[in-house]
Amino acid sequence: MLRFLLTRLAGAVVVLAIVAVLVFALTRLASGDPVALLLGDQATTADIAQARIQYGLDKPLPTQFVLWVGELLQGNLGQSLFLQRPVSQALLERAEPTLFLALFAVGIAALIGIPAGMSAAIWRGSAADQAVSSVAMLGASIPSFWLGLILIQFFAVRLGWFPASGYGDPSASFGERLQHLLLPALVLGLLNSALIIRFTRASMLDILGEDYVRTARAKGLPERVIMVKHVLRNALVPIVTVLGLTLALMIGGTVVTETVFNLPGVGNLVVRAVLRRDYPVIQGTLLVIAAIYVFINLGVDFIYTLVDPRIRLEGK
Amino acid sequence: MRAAIVSLWNSAMPVARRLFGRKIVLAAALVLLLVTGVAVLYPLLSDADPGAIEIGQRLHAPSLEHWAGTDELGRDVMLRIVHGARYSLLIGVVTAAGAVLFGTLMGMLAGFFRRLDAPLMRVVDAMMSFPDILLGIALVSILGVSLWNVMLALVIVYTPRVARVVRATTLVLRELLFVDAARALGVRTPKILCKHILPNLMSPILVQVTFIFAYAILAEAGLSFLGVGVPPDIPTWGTMIAGSLDYADRAFWTIFCPGLAIVLTALSLQMLGDGVRDLLDPKLRKAA
Repeated sequence: MLRFLLTRLAGAVVVLAIVAVLVFALTRLASGDPVALLLGDQATTADIAQARIQYGLDKPLPTQFVLWVGELLQGNLGQSLFLQRPVSQALLERAEPTLFLALFAVGIAALIGIPAGMSAAIWRGSAADQAVSSVAMLGASIPSFWLGLILIQFFAVRLGWFPASGYGDPSASFGERLQHLLLPALVLGLLNSALIIRFTRASMLDILGEDYVRTARAKGLPERVIMVKHVLRNALVPIVTVLGLTLALMIGGTVVTETVFNLPGVGNLVVRAVLRRDYPVIQGTLLVIAAIYVFINLGVDFIYTLVDPRIRLEGK
Repeated sequence: MRAAIVSLWNSAMPVARRLFGRKIVLAAALVLLLVTGVAVLYPLLSDADPGAIEIGQRLHAPSLEHWAGTDELGRDVMLRIVHGARYSLLIGVVTAAGAVLFGTLMGMLAGFFRRLDAPLMRVVDAMMSFPDILLGIALVSILGVSLWNVMLALVIVYTPRVARVVRATTLVLRELLFVDAARALGVRTPKILCKHILPNLMSPILVQVTFIFAYAILAEAGLSFLGVGVPPDIPTWGTMIAGSLDYADRAFWTIFCPGLAIVLTALSLQMLGDGVRDLLDPKLRKAA
């Protein structure tokens, strides 16, 4: 078991190292000089050269990379070119809306996806099953910003039930915040439920074919008991996995939705950074989000081994 | 020659009958045919200019004359959707083709050669740890905003996905008897890859093509909405919505109709992909 986890941990470290190389290469390949952009039209060549030295952009690329990784390992993501603060601070300031939005959206997606997927599996091949599958596919075909714009038009502009955008005053209560987050979370939750529906259906169908389900039926147990005690409990492990992965994907996947609803989250930060070529912010965000994804994956694996002894033993 | 056509027809017909036996798959195929047909033919048959500005006709609601209304510059929204279909479909086709080309190559190499497996797949893992849209905007911001750069960025985003699927299937195929037999007969490795592995990869690849086609259309719209997609003067379904954002309150149709075109096309593609997958799945299971 320990060996299995160590192998997985080593794999994650390798993946993160590659992520670091990719992120570094990505921003250094960019066209357009961020320093010239930062200093504006008034800057002389000498000013630009001075600033390049200040930001360490004059050194050869491999040296820049080594210095950058050294800083990373000390938890320093660098200094934003435009925001006059460290990237890590900017990210922390923007973390709250994104985190709440992602959690809220995963909750909604689970609330829709698990019952829908279960009923599709129980009544397999029926009209209900086909309807659920079609709706899941519809969810995967709708652009999130478009659904967001429609919901804003309908629920915020016409009906006035929800605020159309923003995150409320800095002093707003938690309830007010939730009201601001409901529409964006609904958009993300609806569109991301597709994956959860498919997964729940597939894992329920897997378990429904098991011998012990047939045994339970043969014993004459009521269908309801079989579904809850035998099928759902065993199907939950893969479902929890997909919930974890959805959360991991959502943390970085809120970019478009945050922009539609003008939420001051990480996505909003990175979109602005991209438009201004604020490379340290782009680098830092990509890196942190990829790291979160890798670690949630690792955590899911870990939970898996705890819950399912078969995986634990396979490693031996 | 005639015999070849007859045999091809005889082998294709039962497949087509099974694929389109499900009404919903048939409907999806017909929608796609219609969208592609109109996108290709209409601009050839009509010289109506999608960029024609008529300030007197600003923000008119949908009517018999303008089926989808007019936008903030008095341009006909329906006409622009038809012309935009060419670009949106082009982005979908090029992205799917590019991602499949590179993804298949990567996946086959990783699946067939054990030494390459770990390094290639760790790179794939690393690329897939970025959310699609985030990697997309980072790439476009670096490459610069243009139609071709959006396609290039999307190819990079979706290549790892294909590579993963192709690798998994190649791992299964590699162990099968006919590959052993070919090797025993002295067939060279490149020929085994092309003649024995590749043809058997066609079904999973075909499914990926339809899905990536759909994702690419959606992703282009998202990127254009964020201002890091196709330049605004090229009418894609994404840039149309992005361009009319400020008028959403007064002229809802300017953002609703292009979005509907996206949903309809993406949904049809995924339905078709699903149909193909259902059709080919039993074969895959037999192979495994």
